[in-house]
Amino acid sequence: MKTPGTTVTKDGRRHSVSVASKANLIILGFGIAVLIILVIFPFFGSTEWTRRLVDFFCYLALAELWNLMLGYAGLISVGQQGFIGIGAYTLWLFSDIVGINPLVSVVFAAVGGAIIALPAAALVFKLRGGYLAIGTWVIAEILRLIVSNIKRAGGGSGINITATSQMVQSLGPDAWYSRVYWWALAGAFIAIVVTYLLLRSRTGLALKAIRDNDLAAESCGVNLWRTKLYTYIIAGAGCALVGAIQAMYTLRVHPGSAFSVNWTAYLIFIVVIGGIGTIEGPIIGTVVFYVLRETTSQWGTWYFIALGLLAIVVTVWSPAGVYGWIIKKTNFMLFPLQRKLRLADGEGPPAEVAAGGPDEAAV
Amino acid sequence: MEWVSAIIQGILLGGLYALFAVGLSLVFGTMRLTNLAHGDLTVLSTYVALIIVGSGAVRFNPLYSIPIVMVIMWVLGYALQRGLLNFIVQKGDVQGVIVTFGISIVIMNALQEAFTPNSQRLPVGELESRSITISDQLAIGWLPLIIFILAVVVIAVLQLFMNQTKMGRAFRAVSDDQEAARLMGINTKHIWAVAMGVALLIGAIGGVMMGIRTTFHPMLGSDRLIFAFEAVIIGGMGSSWGTLLGGVILGVAQLLGSFAFGPAWATLCGHVVFVVILALRPQGLLAKTVTA
Repeated sequence: MKTPGTTVTKDGRRHSVSVASKANLIILGFGIAVLIILVIFPFFGSTEWTRRLVDFFCYLALAELWNLMLGYAGLISVGQQGFIGIGAYTLWLFSDIVGINPLVSVVFAAVGGAIIALPAAALVFKLRGGYLAIGTWVIAEILRLIVSNIKRAGGGSGINITATSQMVQSLGPDAWYSRVYWWALAGAFIAIVVTYLLLRSRTGLALKAIRDNDLAAESCGVNLWRTKLYTYIIAGAGCALVGAIQAMYTLRVHPGSAFSVNWTAYLIFIVVIGGIGTIEGPIIGTVVFYVLRETTSQWGTWYFIALGLLAIVVTVWSPAGVYGWIIKKTNFMLFPLQRKLRLADGEGPPAEVAAGGPDEAAV
Repeated sequence: MEWVSAIIQGILLGGLYALFAVGLSLVFGTMRLTNLAHGDLTVLSTYVALIIVGSGAVRFNPLYSIPIVMVIMWVLGYALQRGLLNFIVQKGDVQGVIVTFGISIVIMNALQEAFTPNSQRLPVGELESRSITISDQLAIGWLPLIIFILAVVVIAVLQLFMNQTKMGRAFRAVSDDQEAARLMGINTKHIWAVAMGVALLIGAIGGVMMGIRTTFHPMLGSDRLIFAFEAVIIGGMGSSWGTLLGGVILGVAQLLGSFAFGPAWATLCGHVVFVVILALRPQGLLAKTVTA
């Protein structure tokens, strides 16, 4: 949030470059207030809403990470369910077999996701574009099939995580779900902050360059492979973290649901509706998705048909999503990533000149 | 002798996978579109056959429904391309993946809604059980053999079509450089639509044959897409005979895996062979083009 000093150009015009606007600072304060309220929410909120928000934060974290891969690194994955499943089963492994507190095992799940992401990346990065997408799906299927064939882990019918059930009994459901809630909130918070910091960093510039034109980025010295690898590993670790949180929430693991491709369907929907290539888009998308799910998911297959149709319609006719539309109308970003040029004297374009933000090429 | 049988069955199964894979590869080749709905569209063709066979006073052999299903799927493919996919073909991989994934979700759930998630099959009566007996332990089913021969014929005809006809030449021109092709007076939008139609028409042959061979349900699409994709990558992109070889390798890997470790491991063994080939020879066994 620095406000750099005014510099004078050769032709004598003064200008300054800023990232955040005043409105952003106000919103930062507002955001911190919201965060504090969310942190203490379990103390005054109802158990039902605490539980609901666990789901909400899980989807938000997943969507942010998927968007980081797709919107910035140009990696189209339809196989993040593989990492979600690995996270869930790693939690089971560490809490039930090794005997570590499930709330701590979550960390191991994230590490497990990162470890799996490394060889997976080495394989799928040999493919490009749409074929890379199917490649990630194959990886997810391989992980699912391996896990379903492990009898100790309950095979195809899944297994209860005894350690979590014991914690529910010893702590009481309210206290247990509050802890799960804090993990989910932390997961979503970490996903957003990591994405934001990453995009503000040197790697972020590389990512945005890759997003706009990977060939040009590479010729400017961006290490394409390494930048994509970092992104894939971060996303893999994050998805595994969410998988572990989901497992703590449901108290059991099941290969059919942990490795379900429906996760990808939800993520695509959330990111597409919200707006690809923005941090704010997935937040809006998650809210829309959540409202839709709470109101129409009892329609089963029709609910999925509606999700699919909406994703198609938005992609074809309004590819920037809801948030892209808001930026276009207001040029306001909640998480400022653009550098805005202001001319100090009245000459030249008075409006802010934006550079490096989401543009047509991004979507 | 049982493992010999597994290999032969695997080779014949590979023909079926090739029928799914050729369409995926054709669409990717002509318009650089990865059709994630390809598997579900072949499942849809199986259900179209089910409607044709099950409806009307005369219940006829599902084999005779194939030409009708082929025509229906061609029309559907053409319409789908012109009405929807042509809008996103030029916009990049992301749009292609998202829209075709959306189509996949819609088809799968619509089929569940219309036909229930239960398994069904297309009965052909006597042919299902007829086989050529070679020895006591070795017999080749007529049906898998017919499917394999069909796959070979389809690929040969497709090759002839691509190399000998005017339309085939237009396909290749659009594939190589669609701007230049357009300058030469080729209607690329029409060509893409025809390509999608042909892809679904070939997929329909596979879809109906699979429905005759085994039971099917609406959720099979993703497996078919993945097997088709693996066959394409193993064989090498852009090579039709490579795709057949890829299908055969995948089929043999699955059935040998099933024979050695049990049916639960069949699919996984196929994936493992795919991964090994992707790691060691990412351009595929009979690659024509290097870039994806």
